[in-house]
Amino acid sequence: MKDFAELYLNIDSTTSTNRKIDYLSAYFEKAGQRDKLWVMALFSHKRPRRTVQMRLLREWAAEYADIPLWLFEETYHIVGDLAETIAKLIPPTEHKLDKPLHKWIEELSELKDKADEEKKRYILEAWKSQDSTERFLFNKIITGGFRVGVSQKTIVKALSNYLKEDPARVAHKLMGDWTPNNTSFEELLIHAEPGDIISKPFPFYLAYPLEGEPEDLGPVENWTAEYKWDGIRAQLIKRKGELFLWSRGEELITHQFPEFTSLLSQEGDFVVDGELIVCKDDAIRNFQDLQKRLGRKKPGKKILEEHPAALIVYDIMELNGNDLRNQAQSERREILKNWHRSLDSNMPIRMSHDLKFKSWDDAKELRAGARDKKAEGLMLKSKPGPYKTGRKKGDWYKWKIDPLIIDAVMIYAQRGHGRRANLFTDFTFALKDGDTLVPFAKAYSGLTDSEFREISSFVRANTIERFGPVCSVPPVQVFEVAFENVGLSKRHKSGVAVRFPRILRWRKDKKPVDINSLDDLKALIR
Amino acid sequence: MPSLIQFGPKGLYCEKGGFYIDPWQPVNKALITHAHSDHARPGHKNYLCQSDSVALLKHRLSSNIKVQGQCFGKRININGVDVSFHPAGHIIGSAQIRVSDSQEVWVISGDYKLEQDKHIEPFEFMKCDYFVTESTFGLPVFHWKDQEETLQEINSWWHNNSSIKRPSIISAYSLGKAQRVIENVEQSIGPILTHGSVDAINKVLVASGIKLRKTKKLVEATEDEISRALIVCPPGAMDSSWTARIKNHAVAFASGWMNLRGARRRRGVEKGFVLSDHADWPGLNKAIRYTQASKVFVTHGYTDIFTKWLNSQGINAETVKTQYTGETVDNENED
Repeated sequence: MKDFAELYLNIDSTTSTNRKIDYLSAYFEKAGQRDKLWVMALFSHKRPRRTVQMRLLREWAAEYADIPLWLFEETYHIVGDLAETIAKLIPPTEHKLDKPLHKWIEELSELKDKADEEKKRYILEAWKSQDSTERFLFNKIITGGFRVGVSQKTIVKALSNYLKEDPARVAHKLMGDWTPNNTSFEELLIHAEPGDIISKPFPFYLAYPLEGEPEDLGPVENWTAEYKWDGIRAQLIKRKGELFLWSRGEELITHQFPEFTSLLSQEGDFVVDGELIVCKDDAIRNFQDLQKRLGRKKPGKKILEEHPAALIVYDIMELNGNDLRNQAQSERREILKNWHRSLDSNMPIRMSHDLKFKSWDDAKELRAGARDKKAEGLMLKSKPGPYKTGRKKGDWYKWKIDPLIIDAVMIYAQRGHGRRANLFTDFTFALKDGDTLVPFAKAYSGLTDSEFREISSFVRANTIERFGPVCSVPPVQVFEVAFENVGLSKRHKSGVAVRFPRILRWRKDKKPVDINSLDDLKALIR
Repeated sequence: MPSLIQFGPKGLYCEKGGFYIDPWQPVNKALITHAHSDHARPGHKNYLCQSDSVALLKHRLSSNIKVQGQCFGKRININGVDVSFHPAGHIIGSAQIRVSDSQEVWVISGDYKLEQDKHIEPFEFMKCDYFVTESTFGLPVFHWKDQEETLQEINSWWHNNSSIKRPSIISAYSLGKAQRVIENVEQSIGPILTHGSVDAINKVLVASGIKLRKTKKLVEATEDEISRALIVCPPGAMDSSWTARIKNHAVAFASGWMNLRGARRRRGVEKGFVLSDHADWPGLNKAIRYTQASKVFVTHGYTDIFTKWLNSQGINAETVKTQYTGETVDNENED
């Protein structure tokens, strides 16, 4: 644990990606195999199963610190991080003990079926033997949510330095739903070829947003365009008579979407990339309908009938065992089309069509009409480009339509977490509805740090009522709120749900009387 | 009901004595605990403060103000009310003000800390009937390490940087933290350089007879000196063209807020040293318990929470709304 604590402190004290890579590589050089694997897992958000209830953890910490529970809770709201709160308020270390990281994690997982009293004894003993950083990390392992500013790319880079292997191959090996409980460092990264495991997905090629004008991309004839649909990215694999559906978050969701098992009846093996959506009677439904499916681990007959899923495919990475990723986009597209044509017509697979355009102006027109097609914008892909690994500039761009905008007033503010702890950063916005205000969206991004500081001082000085971490404030601050889409919703008090709400601007020049009404918002529904 | 001091719209008011303490609106006679701007405001006709604060008040407010200094411990009588100043340990010249008559003893502590510095008088524990306290760090997550340990961390950070010719910039408020850093770090590591606003305060203090270590302004230093130096600048100068001129520098922030990971990450500094001029949780509790006051008034900081805590511990406490800010987590400006 000492080495891991040192690694964490080093990473936490720098903002330079290169230094983080160096620290990680150095750690991999000296750490044991099990510890390495756990560090990779923790930093990739593959956290171990929780075996201790958060509520109990808080009670034990408050009791050990000899403070009332309400004071613990208030302090936690301000610190904004449970692991840190506990680490900072319990009494000092009693007897230092150095246990390897994997040992702590294994012991924690063994607590699963133990009685609460036994769990408590273990946790308190652990805290007594750890220094402040170790306590924080230990608590983080229990609570989850390790955010230390280490991206998947950074881990891949560090591992590839350490193993002296091509980063793209390392990234591929790291794909899938492995955990340190079902594999070893050697098995995952040294002995196995990625192709040995039939379920293993390819690393997704991730697009960058197009900044500036499409003309900057060069001659229009080198590019293809297609609609960008509002679903979730997914990779569908059929190999050796088995089918696997992976989400972009590398979760295996095959059983959540049984409609795809029909593909087992089709000839040949394949790996295709596309957008998972709900599609009924040939019409693509909005994201809310997909969300109903995503929430179900085992969908019933009724929901399958009402909200059938389909995959809109736009790339093919493997066909009958051949890796196609290095072929040009235009060639892959032809292969994909032929493959799609060979499928029975009742398969839940739709082709993402190439849009026809002769100039960038044509493309702009297509983009402007995207919302009417229920698309989020366009995807631009370069014809000669390969299927790359991870987020790489150059060949794929997402070109989203401009967001919808509405002026709303802030009515609640909540303290942020992590880097934004102690600042009010999460706001609830309301619109006019006759004489009353109706909350319609929560947003927590879009302001600069100094604007957050300013609005936080306003909240502190003007709080009407506090509900734990949430404060109600007088409805006087007007903001421009942007969102991607709006639809009717029974689950929301306002009767509407907006997609990806965020703050565009603080309109200090506007008064609460100037804000939009709920009817204005409803008028934007298509 | 206590009557010697009231909490009025202009500030803490002693009607019998005809004076205010740290008022936020212009008054005839103001007693000032210390020279930070939320306690020492402009516009009063007469100021009374601890002797070391006189020059600071003139520097910060105006050279024309009418100000009188009084040394620690000396008791004077104002209209039948006894008044004395006692060390608060917060910054140079910071005082707790004791006000008493035959009925009541009050102590107004302003801002305070219990740690001992080399350059200022240590906090004096007081007994009183009514104690007015801050609660800037009034949460149980704030436990300061031994100050020597924190200074060692600063020394070794500076030493490591200077050995590879990397200038060390440390951000600290011009009045208070800057002098604390300058007077308490290990001098032999290298030269100590200052930002103009820190230098200005130091000059004022030296001119008024306070002994401080010799420092140089950054602009007067050679390249070689800069590469080995500890450079003390106010938070407002960080990320400005001023720090951009110093090549390949390392940056640290010295504040009690650096105890919180979120605040440290938001600052975006490589190093955060937990060095506070305010009392931590045990410190606040210790100072308050010692007073044996029958009532405690909490003026700024995490007032609601801290007041509730005191009451739960059997200490009669109440929050009063004032315009003191203490040191806020994202404050860029000087207090």
